[in-house]
Amino acid sequence: MSVMTSAIVARVPSALVGTPHVRREPVFVRWAIIAISLVFLTIFLVLPLAAVFMQAFARGIGPYLGALTHPDAVAAIQLTLLVAAISVSLNLVFGLIAAWAIAKFEFPGKGILVTLIDLPFSISPVISGLVFVLLFGAQGFFGAYLQAHDIKIIFALPGIVLATLLVTFPFVARELIPLMKEQGTQDEEAAISLGASGLQTFFRVTLPNVKWALLYGALLCNARAMGEFGAVSVVSGHIRGETNTMPLHIEILYNEYQFMASFAVASVLALLALLTLIAKAVLERTTRHS
Amino acid sequence: MEIHINNVTKRFNAFAALAGVDLAIRSGELVALLGPSGSGKTTLLRIIAGLEWPDDGQVLFDGEDALLRSVRERNVGFVFQHYALFRHLTVFENVAFGLRVRPRSRRLPEADIRNRVEQLLNLVQLQPLAGRYPAQLSGGQRQRVALARALAVDPRVLLLDEPFGALDAKVRKELRRWLRQLHEEIHVTSVFVTHDQEEALEVADRIVVMDKGKIQQIGTPEDVYEHPATAFVHEFIGETIVLPVRIRDGFVQFDGRSIGLESQGVRDGSASLFVRPSEMIIGPPADALLGGVVKRIHGLGPSRRVEVALGSAGAAVEVDASHDCGLDPGQRVSLRPNRYRIFSAIP
Repeated sequence: MSVMTSAIVARVPSALVGTPHVRREPVFVRWAIIAISLVFLTIFLVLPLAAVFMQAFARGIGPYLGALTHPDAVAAIQLTLLVAAISVSLNLVFGLIAAWAIAKFEFPGKGILVTLIDLPFSISPVISGLVFVLLFGAQGFFGAYLQAHDIKIIFALPGIVLATLLVTFPFVARELIPLMKEQGTQDEEAAISLGASGLQTFFRVTLPNVKWALLYGALLCNARAMGEFGAVSVVSGHIRGETNTMPLHIEILYNEYQFMASFAVASVLALLALLTLIAKAVLERTTRHS
Repeated sequence: MEIHINNVTKRFNAFAALAGVDLAIRSGELVALLGPSGSGKTTLLRIIAGLEWPDDGQVLFDGEDALLRSVRERNVGFVFQHYALFRHLTVFENVAFGLRVRPRSRRLPEADIRNRVEQLLNLVQLQPLAGRYPAQLSGGQRQRVALARALAVDPRVLLLDEPFGALDAKVRKELRRWLRQLHEEIHVTSVFVTHDQEEALEVADRIVVMDKGKIQQIGTPEDVYEHPATAFVHEFIGETIVLPVRIRDGFVQFDGRSIGLESQGVRDGSASLFVRPSEMIIGPPADALLGGVVKRIHGLGPSRRVEVALGSAGAAVEVDASHDCGLDPGQRVSLRPNRYRIFSAIP
């Protein structure tokens, strides 16, 4: 075995073995860089996360479960999941449509649309919430009409969904646009020339071509939807057991000095975020392999 | 199927992609649309397919107006330049695609679909790779999958956009020969676009030479090579020596002297002399011929390339000669075109 190994090594040109690597930094530099990033991660990510769980379990498992099964907490968790589910599904559709329009057609005003899609990233979430209060609130543009017809948007589920939708809109579209641009329209043209209808082309060619990016965008969208605080806070009205999402519920408990309960709910939110991260990592591995 | 294209025009904004094109393609023919990029050849192919609509003019399939039908209804097989294979489907499912998307009333039973796909994979010699994905195939294999997929729907016409453009030189030569053979076997009317004259000359029954949205010449490979209709065709197909000349009293003058050639009916004034390098005969200096000095001799095997500087301006031309021509650099020689064409000055 050793004979074989040495025979193989002997064939490697000596120039390749002997030359020092161009970017071979001194050992201490490498260790310093690694150490700094690890310390940073520990202080700013791992420690806080650990603190959340420590606080949550500070008085043992019983009170922890008690805090989570409190009717207000259950309502908050349910509302958060519901809002996330609605806004992620709607943003999947809207994001796909917007990305399609931008990637596959030329039309006037396209540049403006691309910029607009990024708008939610750049404006403060508080403003994203306020615009809906201005539109649908009691004193808003449609306020009188909505009141007359007994439709509740602000301080109710629709308002929370709208605010979340606005804040999370860019995730799916942003993920899809570069991919769809790169893929062009030839696959679709091929499908149609083979006799496929518009719907068949969409479901058999366009959608499979972007499915991983779509799922990836949905995950990011979901993470943000569950964690959104600012925009939702403005439109929610903080009605306990009714319009409080998890982040809002956590804040209320904290302000009322119910630290343990507050951290218990926070731990669930953190857990959901971790699950999203894991799903994202798995997804990235799958796409790299396929 | 016969295709008639009558006076088709197409503009992209200010750019005239096609400026009044007339073309008749006979049933079972293999036709090449040949031209440089921007000549309108791909636009013409896409209009035949129904992927693009002309601004004006007629496209007839067997006398029927094809412009009334969408690409979906035209029953054409289109092979895209970069194949456009469906990356999430296996080779088998790619080929089966056109059969599976048929409306239920016209869809074959699953067993028949499988048979048909197997047949086609056999035809393109890809049966062992039926379960692979496009990303796992070489360029030549992808090309053949694209072809099988297009043939699966029994197209009335097969349209290929730069079918060999993305392949390396060796694979390209093999596939060229193979495509020609395939056409002999299945005889479906086929049109392919290429910018490679060698490809067109080798594969096509007839060549349509295009430039700037217009057809320059339609003819067999021999026709367009031996009897180019325009200066553009002469230069674009085969190697060409072009010399600026003047016509006076029906004879050709180069560098202010008559070189003993007739003007072939071109009117007096400036013009261009076109000769193939293989048609130039090198001889001893003579007054009534093109005169020049040998600059360089290169090449291997039985033939040599001789670089000659002509006239007072020293216009460099390359001429074929045999390995035993006995020429040396610096030697004075004359050139006599065995065959030549005169075209009035190229704009």
